[in-house]
Amino acid sequence: MKRRQSATQLAERMLAGDSLALPRLISLVEGESAAVAEIMRRIAPHTGRAYCVGVTGPPGAGKSTVVDKLTVLMRQRGLSVGIVAVDPSSPFTGGALLGDRIRMQQHYLDPGVFIRSMATRGSHGGLPGTVQGVIKLLDASGRDVILVETVGVGQTELDVVNTADVVIVVVTPESGDAVQAMKAGLFEIADIFAINKADREGAQRMKAELEAILAMKPGESIAVVLTEAHRGVGIEELYQELERYRRAQEENGELERRRRHRRREEFLELLQRRIRRRFLDFADKDGQLKALTEQVVAGELDPYSACARVLGDRHWLDKWLSQEGPALSEAEG
Amino acid sequence: MTEEKPTRVLIAKPGLDGHDRGAKVVALGLRDAGFEVIYTGIRQTPEMIVHAAVQEDVDVMGLSCLSGAHKTLFPKVVELLRQSGRQDVLVIGGGIIPEDDVPLLMERGVQAIFPSGTLISRIADYIRDKVQR
Repeated sequence: MKRRQSATQLAERMLAGDSLALPRLISLVEGESAAVAEIMRRIAPHTGRAYCVGVTGPPGAGKSTVVDKLTVLMRQRGLSVGIVAVDPSSPFTGGALLGDRIRMQQHYLDPGVFIRSMATRGSHGGLPGTVQGVIKLLDASGRDVILVETVGVGQTELDVVNTADVVIVVVTPESGDAVQAMKAGLFEIADIFAINKADREGAQRMKAELEAILAMKPGESIAVVLTEAHRGVGIEELYQELERYRRAQEENGELERRRRHRRREEFLELLQRRIRRRFLDFADKDGQLKALTEQVVAGELDPYSACARVLGDRHWLDKWLSQEGPALSEAEG
Repeated sequence: MTEEKPTRVLIAKPGLDGHDRGAKVVALGLRDAGFEVIYTGIRQTPEMIVHAAVQEDVDVMGLSCLSGAHKTLFPKVVELLRQSGRQDVLVIGGGIIPEDDVPLLMERGVQAIFPSGTLISRIADYIRDKVQR
């Protein structure tokens, strides 16, 4: 309650550089508090400056370590850094173990580095649905670069594409052969590849195969960098590729195109999420809908027919839409 | 289905002992109890721990110490939290903590001590009771 009342002041305090305000605001955004819209309106004039780097790849590839080492280089160049490190929420309990900070210990005395761990909280695309809002907060707080580390992904958790200005895909020499690289999904979204743990067997071969595949895509130049992140090897080169990519992106208008696309995606995503949440809440309370669900559970009614019945019932939809909106209210409690 | 706003808990090991099994067991147990647990690993200074707690905006801080330095380290963490403006964080402790030391720790701002052998469910219930009122 205390937090809800002070959302606007919190935003003011954050913009004034108060170090406690940013973490609190992130919690409000992450918890989808009713104050989010107000917070976003307040900080909007201060956003759009930061460059957002997405780092994704399979579990254990070394994403956190790459992020940590890139942060060192960025700090040496005087850039302030915000890091969002995501780990999965349990689909069973909602709990999560967030362990990415372990690899990022060296920055704790540096006020130029802000690290926040996030759990996916029911989202399945590798990033929580609220990450975009958190990135905006970091942006408004004056971070030059924001590094977003996804959960360890498989082939299709690709939210990061609609989140970052550039995507680094971190893989290891064991991540697969040329055919893997030809498949849709993870290998398709990289703007830059880092083959990490490159001291292991097969790194050179993988680089050659990847480059051969990438050469088949005309008009794009996607760099493949060999790294041994834990020793800092190849990180300077990776950083150079980032810089090169960013310059090209700014010159050819690709950055703005990407950001426009992102705004659209964010809006539609947000609408979906809110509608879904409002509906689930309704489904929880509405007796008629519960009874229908019971019929489906008992096998008496197939889900398709049940669905048609719900969506075909104007009265029902009106009831749903006109209910007191609980969808945004949990932070008011 | 799942909780709308999970409670965030930092599990940290201040000091120099590397015995992190207990901390990991508690971290996993609390994860399974539906909490978001931030685990920062071994050999942390109180400054590092409090820094992480502030950035992560945690509700609860669980400290584990098996080296015998708890009488110095736990109160230090509490003090730094206060200096950072986060005296509202619920600080609890565990590890090898002699019973005789508990009153002193409580006096210095640690809210509860859960010695080895404590059921995780007891810790989870305690946190829910204190934080999610």
